[in-house]
Amino acid sequence: MKEKIWFYALFAGGVALASSLPVLATTAATPAMLSNTCNGCHGTDGNSAGLSNPTIAGLDSNYFDTAMKQFKSGERPSSIMGRLAKGYNDGELKAMADFFAARKFAAARQPFDAGKAGQGKVLHDKNCRMCHADGGKSGANGALAGQWKDYLHVAIAEFLSGNRKGPEMMTKALTKMTEADIEALINYYASQQ
Amino acid sequence: MSMNRRSFIKLVGAGAGVMSWPSISSASDILPRTGRRVVVVGGGSGGAIVAKYLRIADPSIEVLLIESDKRYIACPLSNLVLAGVRTLEENTLTLDKMAAKHGVKLLYDTVTAVDAGAKKVICSAGAISYDKLVLSPGIDYRFEEIEGYNPATTPEIMPHAWKAGPQTLLLKRQLMDMMDGGVVVVTIPQAPFRCPPGPYERINMIALYLKRHKPKSKIIVWDANENIVAKAGLFRKGWTKYYGYDDKDSTKGMIAYHGNSKLTKVDAKAMAVDNGTELLKGDVINVIPPQRAGIIAQKASVVGPDKKWCSVDQVSFESTQVKDIHVIGDACFAGALPKSTYAANSEAKVCALNIAQTLNGKELIAPSHVNVCYSYITDKEAVSVSGIYIEKEGKTIAVPNAGGLSPDLNEIEASYARSWMQNVMSEMST
Repeated sequence: MKEKIWFYALFAGGVALASSLPVLATTAATPAMLSNTCNGCHGTDGNSAGLSNPTIAGLDSNYFDTAMKQFKSGERPSSIMGRLAKGYNDGELKAMADFFAARKFAAARQPFDAGKAGQGKVLHDKNCRMCHADGGKSGANGALAGQWKDYLHVAIAEFLSGNRKGPEMMTKALTKMTEADIEALINYYASQQ
Repeated sequence: MSMNRRSFIKLVGAGAGVMSWPSISSASDILPRTGRRVVVVGGGSGGAIVAKYLRIADPSIEVLLIESDKRYIACPLSNLVLAGVRTLEENTLTLDKMAAKHGVKLLYDTVTAVDAGAKKVICSAGAISYDKLVLSPGIDYRFEEIEGYNPATTPEIMPHAWKAGPQTLLLKRQLMDMMDGGVVVVTIPQAPFRCPPGPYERINMIALYLKRHKPKSKIIVWDANENIVAKAGLFRKGWTKYYGYDDKDSTKGMIAYHGNSKLTKVDAKAMAVDNGTELLKGDVINVIPPQRAGIIAQKASVVGPDKKWCSVDQVSFESTQVKDIHVIGDACFAGALPKSTYAANSEAKVCALNIAQTLNGKELIAPSHVNVCYSYITDKEAVSVSGIYIEKEGKTIAVPNAGGLSPDLNEIEASYARSWMQNVMSEMST
């Protein structure tokens, strides 16, 4: 096959070659090609082993796609994701969204306080479950259950600082919570393993 | 001219397929083949990942990973060990679990030669055949470019600490043994070298240690490059903010940086370095030597005409010199991609997918790479550089208007750097 393409390349004429290697046909980057490289920071298959980086496996495709576009535009604050998101077009972002949506979410194995998790469940059921169903398992509005505590702290701090825009209801509910409440809520999500 | 084993194997590889007297290469395969086989040499940031992702891409391909050390010590963040804010154990991983989980055959051995003609690697256990060979050997040093440098003894006196391990601990011990008010000399080679921001992060970590324990000390940096190779503005900002640095007056502050100052000669006995115009004495001297592709790349004849790095096709990472040998990581030249852990991880995945395509008679896939590198400024603040890379007209280029540097020194990236490292290591070990 290589020889054949080489032959065509010669025949087409004027194809300059820097090396003696034949010109190889290439197909556009596949979903796996685009997505595998994200795993360096987000873990194999998007299941993060790092405490501050979220697991992106099993994320709802639309949620992922929207998040990446918000990173790209700067609407969602970030240290590094915005810079990276700018390297991809809409089609590529969608391909990555679908790729990670098809990976199996593995809940982070992390310590939690059972007492706090119990209080957190009450707070969740009262304030959060309308949009974050099934105890905050991955859905249209992101994955909370089984996400790393450190990451959840970062995300909530972003909402509270006003840098990250969330639904008004959520920001309001978060603002009313004490630090202990937020700690309890995070322990509840961490308890789901 | 006597014929050593290497030239003999080259000769066999050159086409003399049938030789009547026994050779290493004609020895039978020490491992019976189970099908199409890819052999990977080197279980670091590139090798471990290419082995794993080959199995993910196509589990019908037999993958054999050959690595010399049972415990692998990763380089990123190892500068923090010098400041006493991280241990080398935190950088240590093993490949067993990853290999078992993904069905990679793991062989702890040293590859001594490659017979490209017979498509075999020779290790101490014997010969192993391959359909595709991936070399991920990391770096070797061009010690011979430094006058007076004895490869056996000089690193014990003037550690390079450019592969994390005993050298890192030696440099740390020397810093601990130094008196307050001592002079630490760091010499940086001409780029490209492994980890472009590495030497400057090292300066931060040495400065952090000295500031806490030996504040009267001085760090003098001789950089063969005109300027700091990576994240220059951010490093200068960090030096000024935390350690004392004045780019107009090198006598002020803890850090004195000199660009265009290439180390030419060392005198280990006198604890002195020479750049051709000045002789400088130090109490601790960290000579980071110029580098080239790892030794096995030299033995496999895949090092380019520059005698430093391996020239590879930028889509498949196949050597432009030897068919069916692919080179990834620091050892290869990958266009705009830096010699970093993350780049090696990325190249490994591109290489894995495209080897699987080739073995299955399918078209190659256009590469998509990412690079993310963190550097610590203090133990609490870090900065990053990032980029997306694609192949265009045979060259690997950074996607324009994407990636780039942190806007400023910041705390959140210090936590992301630790988290990044957990994922980088877990990708290799699980």
